[in-house]
Amino acid sequence: MESEFIPEGLQRTSATSFYLWQLPWLGLLAWGGISALLCLIVGLNQTNMNDYFAFGVWIVFDLSVIALGAGAFFTGFLTYVVGKKELKSIINLAVIIGFICYSGAVAMLGIDIGQPIRGWFIFWHANVHSMLTEVSFCITCYLMVLTIEYLPNILENRQLDKIKEIHFFSHNLHEIMFVFAATGTFLSFFHQGSLGGMYGVMYARPYAAREMFSIWPTTFPLFILSAMAAGPCFTLIIATMLEKIGRKKLVKKEAKELLAKISGRLLLVYIILKIIDTWYWGTVTAAEAGFSVSDFFREGPYGWWTVIFELGFLGVIPAILLNIPAVRHSTGALMFAAVLNCAGIVLNRFVVTVVTLAIPVMPFEKFLGYLPTWQEWGIAMAVIGYGGIVIGLSYRYLPVFPHEKELNAG
Amino acid sequence: MSSHGPTTGIKYGMVIDLDKCTGCGTCSVACMTENNGYCLEDESDKVRSITWLRVYRLENGEPYPNTKVAYLPRPCMHCDNHPPCVSVCPPTATTKDEIGGIVSQIPTRCIGCRYCVAACPYHARYFNWFDPWPLYKDHVKQMTEGLNPDVAPRMRGVVEKCTFCHHRLMAAKERCYAEGLDEIPEDYYQTSCTQACPAGAISFGDLNNPEHRVHQLLKERQKDVFRLLEKLGTEPKVYYMTTQRWIRAKADNFLDVPKGTGY
Repeated sequence: MESEFIPEGLQRTSATSFYLWQLPWLGLLAWGGISALLCLIVGLNQTNMNDYFAFGVWIVFDLSVIALGAGAFFTGFLTYVVGKKELKSIINLAVIIGFICYSGAVAMLGIDIGQPIRGWFIFWHANVHSMLTEVSFCITCYLMVLTIEYLPNILENRQLDKIKEIHFFSHNLHEIMFVFAATGTFLSFFHQGSLGGMYGVMYARPYAAREMFSIWPTTFPLFILSAMAAGPCFTLIIATMLEKIGRKKLVKKEAKELLAKISGRLLLVYIILKIIDTWYWGTVTAAEAGFSVSDFFREGPYGWWTVIFELGFLGVIPAILLNIPAVRHSTGALMFAAVLNCAGIVLNRFVVTVVTLAIPVMPFEKFLGYLPTWQEWGIAMAVIGYGGIVIGLSYRYLPVFPHEKELNAG
Repeated sequence: MSSHGPTTGIKYGMVIDLDKCTGCGTCSVACMTENNGYCLEDESDKVRSITWLRVYRLENGEPYPNTKVAYLPRPCMHCDNHPPCVSVCPPTATTKDEIGGIVSQIPTRCIGCRYCVAACPYHARYFNWFDPWPLYKDHVKQMTEGLNPDVAPRMRGVVEKCTFCHHRLMAAKERCYAEGLDEIPEDYYQTSCTQACPAGAISFGDLNNPEHRVHQLLKERQKDVFRLLEKLGTEPKVYYMTTQRWIRAKADNFLDVPKGTGY
């Protein structure tokens, strides 16, 4: 019975083995569920956030998953708008990852705000000057776009596809997908940028503040670029992991290499601009606010190492590696470069969030540390658990990889 | 009505004489009482306790016998130029009044995202990490009887801050209306911390009105006056005064005091 839902002609593990695989993910979800209930009922005192660390691990996770989920919009843009047909091999997976990342981020934000029931005030009493307002609008709209993009894949399930009306509906949805891909690209450009803008506009927190171009700080384009560079690499990592776990080929090599090549080019542009931006910030922007970079690092564990590690080891190195054809051709080397790239973006999001808040602005303030509680980790881990379950179910019951049959024919 | 740019006309502000401040904390207590503040179960948790007006202890860092200590009361700075907290608030729960320039907070509209807390360099914004009233479950009646009816207590999950006792401005306006006055006299509107300070270190009024004490102080003591982190460009409406150079140097990162000079 269960096997009738598995796409025709594809090899999948037994139901028992598959559902046992889901248990660790369910465990993470349960941990997150208990944590969420505690935060909603008892309050945010269940976290270790405070009036100095107004944002914590949740915001770092939010920013990271949104950047890593950018593979959805960018691969969609390349596939449907630019017309890179070879990427059809991986687009479904990119959309699923995007959907998981965005829905997970929205759910986390629902716990993170002190008054979740008032969340709709952002839309009702919208302050058009706030970057966070724009982020909220764009993320909500884009989550709807992602749902629409994910829908045809769900409707292609072997049993659902048998229903004539559903078959026609999903086929027609496929035909007009370029409209949603273009809408998704437009929305993503703005919210990825605004997430960076959120920090760049905090002109009274000189560690985060950046120069403005009209109403946009430099972090606006930098966040877009870094998300476009890291998102596809994250999709590649997940695709390769699925191939290793399932012990079969799922994505055409040319699709992977093309995505890695575009990712590498963008990362190179990003890292050059980011180095220029960091240099200008250190020598001009921060100086004009009465600070030198050494002021920021006068105490606490953060220092120049964060800058060198982020820009050098996790920035310049993957940017060079991804631009070497031989690296892109070797699965191991490509994964190494992709992991460095994604880790660099996560570190960047950590630095702008936690390091910004950790560094005292008033000269008589002291450096304060912050470590998340198990409740905070629980909610963050629940997003990973939720992602594991959605990817697992999609891989088992939906034709996620259109070339799977062809690639494993021999 | 709200605006982001500099206030013209009436501009409420404060001048705090640090040479007079003894660090007694009366201003903080008066503020909490006036504005229905509450105590946490563990008040030693200073990164979560709510003190709209916090008194900082400053030290010159010199060894004995050159050690010097001063106290710096820090209310909300009510930044005049593009307050960092106002433009970032997604549901417009904080605004800068067009008349008077007070940066106000609407707790019932706040969603608790804490973006304003992150944006404020003065740490003048406080999030309610706890439910305020269950802490007093055995004394609810006494506690509620002691509340100031003019100020709404805040709930868990929202941000709050010093409002320059905005309810007193409302009361002063009503009084002026009843008395047929066009302008609010200086003594009709004073903040609770100003009135409570036993050393008379805090002055409050219209910074643009030559008849008000704050205006006169800024003029007379021009060379002793400064604001916190002036280079940020937030244009605080809270001014500090001191004749001691080491205290002045503590207000900005870029100012140095020569070591071993005893300042």
